[in-house]
Amino acid sequence: MARYFIRRALSLIPTLFIIITLSFFLIRLAPGGPFARERDVPEAILQNLLKRYHMDEPLFKQYLRYMGDVIRWDFGPSYRYRDLTVNEIIDRGLPVSMALGVTSLLLAVVGGVSVGIISALKQNRWQDYVAVAIAVIGISVPLFVMGPVLQLVFGMKLKILPIGQWISTHGLKAIILPALTLSFPYFAYIARLSRASILEVLRSDYIRTARAKGLKESVVVWKHVLKGALLPVVTYLGPAFSGIVVGSVVVESVFLVPGIGRPFVQSALNRDYTLIMAEVVVYSVILIIANLVVDLVYGLLDPRISYK
Amino acid sequence: MTDEVILQVRDLKTYFKVDEGIVKAVDGVSFDLHRGETLGIVGESGSGKSVTNLSIINMIPSPPGRIAGGQVLFHGKDLLTMPADEIRKIRGNKISMIFQDPMTSLNPFLRISTQMIETIQLHQGLDKQAAKEKAIEMLRLAGIPAPETRIDQYPHQFSGGMRQRVMIAMGLSCNPEILIADEPTSALDVTIQAQILELMKDLTHRLGTAVIMITHSLGVVAGMCDTICVMYAGRIVERGPTAEIFEDPKHPYTRGLIRSVPRLDQEHTERLYSIPGQPPNVIDLPDCCPFYPRCDKAMDICKKKYPAQAQFENGHSASCWLYAKEATNV
Repeated sequence: MARYFIRRALSLIPTLFIIITLSFFLIRLAPGGPFARERDVPEAILQNLLKRYHMDEPLFKQYLRYMGDVIRWDFGPSYRYRDLTVNEIIDRGLPVSMALGVTSLLLAVVGGVSVGIISALKQNRWQDYVAVAIAVIGISVPLFVMGPVLQLVFGMKLKILPIGQWISTHGLKAIILPALTLSFPYFAYIARLSRASILEVLRSDYIRTARAKGLKESVVVWKHVLKGALLPVVTYLGPAFSGIVVGSVVVESVFLVPGIGRPFVQSALNRDYTLIMAEVVVYSVILIIANLVVDLVYGLLDPRISYK
Repeated sequence: MTDEVILQVRDLKTYFKVDEGIVKAVDGVSFDLHRGETLGIVGESGSGKSVTNLSIINMIPSPPGRIAGGQVLFHGKDLLTMPADEIRKIRGNKISMIFQDPMTSLNPFLRISTQMIETIQLHQGLDKQAAKEKAIEMLRLAGIPAPETRIDQYPHQFSGGMRQRVMIAMGLSCNPEILIADEPTSALDVTIQAQILELMKDLTHRLGTAVIMITHSLGVVAGMCDTICVMYAGRIVERGPTAEIFEDPKHPYTRGLIRSVPRLDQEHTERLYSIPGQPPNVIDLPDCCPFYPRCDKAMDICKKKYPAQAQFENGHSASCWLYAKEATNV
C-alpha cells in the first residue's frame, strides 16, 4: 500500500511537467502581452522591459529558463505587481484560500451528509421535501447571487456578520459568510448524493439481514448503512475540493477575501504570465493531492479495494 | 418433530398498495409449525411465499406494504401487535432468517467476525471474546475450514457456498426455535445446493430447530420437509405430509407442479410438461379460484367463488371445487 502511494506521488512529476509545458505555450498564444496598453508604450521602453524580463529571447530558451526556475520553486517576478514576486503573492494568498476552502468543504460534507441521512430516513415526508427543496436551490443558485443575498440579509439588514474582508480585520466571524456561500452548492450536491445512496443501501439484502438479526434501527443505520453509502460521497470529494478552491475566485471577489483567487483572475486578464503559471501549478498540485487522498480514504473504507 | 405447536399463523393477510390498486400478496394464509418440524412452502415466483415469511417476523417494508389482518402467534403471543423493541429480541434470536442470495446478504464492508459477534452479543449477553469463540464454533459446525482465521476475513473472500454456510452459522448461532430459510439454495449451483441442504438438515436436526423452508423447487422440499404447503396467488391451495402430497396430490395445481418435474425414467422424446398460461395478476383479484384460467378441470363455479378447504386423511387438505363434497364449510 505504501509503495502504491509513493508511486502515485511520483507520477505527480510528469503530470505537472505536461501541465506546465502546455500552459506556458498556450498562454503565449493568446493575443496581447503583459506590457500591452491602450496607449502603446514607446518602442525603446518596451525593448528595455522585454530585455529586463528576458522576453526578447527565443521562446524555447525562455521555456528552459522558466523550467529551471520552477524546479527551484521560484516563479519569478510578477509582471504587473512590480513590487512583489509571484512567490510572495502565493505565500500571502494561499493560506487564506486554503482556510476558506477547507472550512467550506467541511461545512459541505458535514451538512450535506447529515441532511442526506435525515431525508433518506424520512423519505417522502416533510423533512425530506424541505431537504430536497434546499438542495435544488443550492444547486441552481449561482455563487455570485448567493453571496450578495447573504451579505444583504446578514450584513446590511441584521448587521450580525461582516459584509466582506478577512479574519485580520474582523476576526473569525469574517469566514462565516464566504464559507457558507462557497459551500452551498457542494452541500446541496452532497445532500442529494448521500440521500440517493443511503436509500439504495437501505433497500439492499444485507440491510434486510441486519434487521432480521434483531439489530436496532440506529445500529443498522450507523454500523451497516453508512460505510457503504458514503463511498460515492468520498469519490466526489476530490473534484469537489478542487471545485471549491477554484470556485473561491468568485467568492473571494464578492467578499473581498485576500486569497489567491482574485490575483488569478486579474493575472489572466493582464497576461501576467508568471502569475498565471504559478496559479496553474498550485491548483494542479491541490487537485492531484486531493485525488490521491480520496483514493487513500477509499481503500480504507472498502475492504474489497487493495492497493498493490 | 413433536406435537407442541410453537408457531400459529392465522388468516394472515399482507397487502401492498401500488398505483394500479391493492396487491394481495398474502391473502388469508394459515398454518401451524410444530417444534422441530420442517415445513416447506412451495410456489412459483410471486405466489407470496417470501412475503408470508417476512410478515411472520413483521419485516414487511411499510409503505407500500401493510399487514391487513390475521395473527402470528409465537408461543401464544401475537408477533404482529408486539412492540418493536420486543420483536427485535425475537428476531435473530428465537426466530432467525437466511436469505436467497448469499452474495449480497452479508455486509461487504464488515468482517464476518463483526457481523456474527454483534448478533451473539445482542441476544446472549456474552462478552466479545466469548461471543467470538461461539461464532468460531458455529462456523466450524457449518463446515468452514480454519474458522479461527477465516472469521476475520471479509465476505468477498468467501465463495457463494461458503457465504451461505456463514449465513447458516449466523442464523443458528443463538439456538433459534425457528429458522426461516427463504430459497437458501436457489442462487447456488447444484452440487453446492445438495451440500447446503444436507448441512441445514443435519444442524437443525441436532439443535432441534424447526424450519420453514421456502422454495420453488419440489426436489428441495421432497428431501427435507415433513409437511408441505403449496401456495398459489397468495393462498395455500394444498397442504399435507410430504409423502401424501407426492403420492396423491389433490389440487390440479399441485398435480401440474409434480408433472412438470423432469424425470429420469421419462422418454427423451417426450416434451416436459408445463402448466399452461401465466400466474394471475394479483392486483384486485376477484373472489374466484385464481387458478381456473390455467386449470384443465375448471368448472363454472370456479369463476364465481373461491373454494372452501376440503379435508382428507392425515391432515391433508386442498382448496378446490373438485372436492366440494369433502369440504367442511361450503
